[in-house]
Amino acid sequence: MTPLSPPEPQERASHFENVSIVGVAETKVGVVPERSSLQLHAEAVRLALTDAGLGLSDVDGLVTANSRVHPYLYHADVVAEYLGIHPRHALNVSTGGSTTISAIEHAAAMIAAGVCRVVVVAMADNLATGLGRNESIASMASFGHPVFERPYGPSIPAFYALVAQRYMYEYGVESDCFALVAEIDRAHASMHPGAQFRERITAAEVGRSRLIADPLRLLDCAPVSDGGAAIVLMRDGSHETPRHGVRILGVGESHQHEHLTQTVDLTTTGAARSGAAAFRSAGLTPADIDVAMIYDAFSFLQCMQLEDLGFCAKGEGGEFVRSGHTRLGGSLPVNTNGGVLSFGHPGKPTALFLINEAVRQLRHECGERQVQGASVALVHAEGGILSSHATMILGGHDG
Amino acid sequence: MDDRRPAPGPDQENQPFLDGARRRELMVQQCDECHACQLYGRLYCRSCGSASLRWRPASGRGIVYSYTVVRRAPSPAFREHEPYVLALVDLVEGPRLLSNLNGCQADAVRIGMPVIATFVQRGDAVVPEFIPVEGDSA
Repeated sequence: MTPLSPPEPQERASHFENVSIVGVAETKVGVVPERSSLQLHAEAVRLALTDAGLGLSDVDGLVTANSRVHPYLYHADVVAEYLGIHPRHALNVSTGGSTTISAIEHAAAMIAAGVCRVVVVAMADNLATGLGRNESIASMASFGHPVFERPYGPSIPAFYALVAQRYMYEYGVESDCFALVAEIDRAHASMHPGAQFRERITAAEVGRSRLIADPLRLLDCAPVSDGGAAIVLMRDGSHETPRHGVRILGVGESHQHEHLTQTVDLTTTGAARSGAAAFRSAGLTPADIDVAMIYDAFSFLQCMQLEDLGFCAKGEGGEFVRSGHTRLGGSLPVNTNGGVLSFGHPGKPTALFLINEAVRQLRHECGERQVQGASVALVHAEGGILSSHATMILGGHDG
Repeated sequence: MDDRRPAPGPDQENQPFLDGARRRELMVQQCDECHACQLYGRLYCRSCGSASLRWRPASGRGIVYSYTVVRRAPSPAFREHEPYVLALVDLVEGPRLLSNLNGCQADAVRIGMPVIATFVQRGDAVVPEFIPVEGDSA
């Protein structure tokens, strides 16, 4: 038997250029005990449709990403039923944190193929009040392989800590730059009225917060939150919407592994592939990006992903952050909504919060968080333990 | 005190690994055609696709690829053992294992350290863990 040939890098022209995001919304994010996951979905969908100037009867496609608190086998159908709509196409998508971008790709494909006219992507969960922090963490502990992982007591932060430690070892990176990522995310969140955590913190305070799994401290790790978001996609120019649509210029994915033991190199992530594919499909380079939203469930991820996405050389992510590039006013503002660390983290919806912020930046609606003249934005999400990655490049009306 | 940490398994596909642990042997699955070793076990060789595989004992020796000290355990069963070392160990035969590291202080663990498997009784279960090896015999 001949050996299997190695996989080719993704080559795909963007088929989604004429598909736009025409409406975005999120619910209250943080501690929302008065809402179930399903109610958060419904609320987010209604708000996003209002933002798009559309009604429920216009929706003919729905993509959701289930709920950890109250999962349904056929989740999208349950949400459609709750809303009282009968879409032509409904789908539940699941690949961890990169799910959001995969779901948007799928929604755009249904529009590009002419199957649907208006597709809503909606995700919501109430991990904080529905599960609680300890139960959320414990439910994630049953996440690993029953023979090769669970007996050894890995938590999600511990899995990521293994990656962080190896990254520090290979590139001589110091953890102070991770704490600075958390400080900057929080500084940005303080300017966003919807962020869960808005009280400023310093890198020194992050560095004094309790150790969870070396080198990761409490303030290096994502919170557990309630909240939901929804976006509405349509073919560009097919309907008069209150605000200009934001176009999908390019997208790329990478599926590395499921379990951390099954991939050879932990320090160059799938973002190197998904980012390269997204730039190739958009015909753009990192220099073209005005603002970036990078999924940082753990602070050090931002440094690694800045490298793997091509914004700086490998091992230079920490210095890039220290030099001030990622702050508002810098050459590449990152996570102007506060990122995963400070805006809030209900699981799958979190990357939709990043998408929403990118859309609002490109619509020039961000007030004191606005990146002047923003016309091209990048959103990167990853899921599992750096298992699946997706990168999306969006363009404003002037871009 | 009872060990409340979850026992490995059950797992039909990896039963030879579990049986090997009871015999105090670290087992890996090896391809008859390309000789690559893999864990977890599969129907097919992950490197060449061959369906001709057999389980065989490994030396138990490996190198620490990465480690962390878990200070905040994910569940009550592990809280009793805080802090503990979680490590990724690259076996000399190729596969990478997740395991706990013992036999030294947590702050003495180093990436690149040679280690060897030992088999630890946890209640009714027998589980491979790793301890440092003296010298560079790995």
